[in-house]
Amino acid sequence: MDRSRDIGPFVPGPDDDLLICRCEEVTKGEIRRAVHAGMWTMTEIRRFLRVGMGLCQGQSCTKLVKGIVARELGVSPATLDPETSRAPMRPTEMHVLGDEKKEA
Amino acid sequence: MANTAETIIIGGGVIGCAAAYYLAKRGMSVIVLEKSDNIGSGGSSRNGGGVRQSGRDKRELPLAMYAIEHIWPTLSEELGMDVEYVKKGNLRLGKTEKHLEILSHLAEVGRSCGLDMRMIDGKEVRELNPYLSEEVIGASWCPTDGHANPLRTTLAFYVRARALGVRFITGEEVVALRKVKGKAREVVTKDGVFEGEHILLAAGYESRAIANTVGVDIPMSKKLLEALVTEAEPELFPQMLGTAEADFYGHQTKHGSFVFGGSSGMEGVNLDNHGRLATSSITAPCICRGIMKYVPKLSDAKIVRTWAGWEDQSVDGVPVISFVPEVPGLVLACGFSGHGFGISPAVGLMLSEMILDGAPSLDLSALRYDRFCAKI
Repeated sequence: MDRSRDIGPFVPGPDDDLLICRCEEVTKGEIRRAVHAGMWTMTEIRRFLRVGMGLCQGQSCTKLVKGIVARELGVSPATLDPETSRAPMRPTEMHVLGDEKKEA
Repeated sequence: MANTAETIIIGGGVIGCAAAYYLAKRGMSVIVLEKSDNIGSGGSSRNGGGVRQSGRDKRELPLAMYAIEHIWPTLSEELGMDVEYVKKGNLRLGKTEKHLEILSHLAEVGRSCGLDMRMIDGKEVRELNPYLSEEVIGASWCPTDGHANPLRTTLAFYVRARALGVRFITGEEVVALRKVKGKAREVVTKDGVFEGEHILLAAGYESRAIANTVGVDIPMSKKLLEALVTEAEPELFPQMLGTAEADFYGHQTKHGSFVFGGSSGMEGVNLDNHGRLATSSITAPCICRGIMKYVPKLSDAKIVRTWAGWEDQSVDGVPVISFVPEVPGLVLACGFSGHGFGISPAVGLMLSEMILDGAPSLDLSALRYDRFCAKI
């Protein structure tokens, strides 16, 4: 994918203040601006803005973010790969996760 | 669009993006080719974020000291994006007499190169960081070390380089280099051919196979490491932590979460991650046990995410940053061995000087590609 493709200028929208990622408090406008800064994949958007890196790990906002990014790039959301889901599936305390080793 | 530029960079990681930025800043045309779909896909986005001089080999220490003195403090302003650089020191912790021996040796090496680094006892350690357990009996302390956010740093170099006109192409896998009239000139990918006066190879471990196509070999191997991150916690301490045996390392980020990296020691043989870029079920728990022994207060912190990454481990533990006299036009930057992030801005700058001025302003002769030889 050639990142020099012209996707047009960033045009401010009336709903840019809408919160999309509630865990990390990222707005629609921030996501749209990130696309224009060069973040063209879901993984890059996540690393750039922290969307989907909060407590819910993107289970609430991923679909919304994908739609916004796809529209900004002028492509179908189906062409965007999801970001990697990572263990553990639920936030887990260190003393719980580290407790699988049995005493001899 | 033409597939030609003055410099072709292979690898869109932090090294490739930083070099692209410094080259473009001085007016050079640059194309960056990245195999993955994402910029900063490898170690650049997976490391622990350490920006340290302490514990480094003498051969690469000048790069770290230069970066920390001249580049890191103003990098956020220069790139127009917060890279979350914090310069609040590095504590390398010891729990046994043997640990303290290792640490004293590292501190001596640092001091011999002019680095402010000394040994402190357990009491002084806990004055600096009251959350460390009584098991810690001493540490090496380097007050000018620190940490930064590797994801933001890599992407900030990318954003600025792209804004300066660098052409980035992702999903473009390089398969070979080709010489024209004795000079490295063509970069062959699965989909086409790119051509440049200069070719910079900064593709991590994959650099080895690409360099092989023009008869150059860098002895290195791939090593898997894992990392984990907690939910946001109240601010506890600003230092970067490491240990004498390097069994884990980490820090608290600006966001509040703690990032820790480590390994289980079973990476080479574990079925879960043997040969694959995947986390193993035994590693994060192992890192957690290590953390809780050093920082008991974190035992209630929740882990939200774990990930794995490859290190491009050169056989002598320091990178190759080098011209190749047999292949004029080719510059190598690989084998960073798990500690490339902290020096990456300085490496990017030096690479731009090598390409534009014919030589870097720091002496990097100890990092040449032809330094490797048999033991007897």
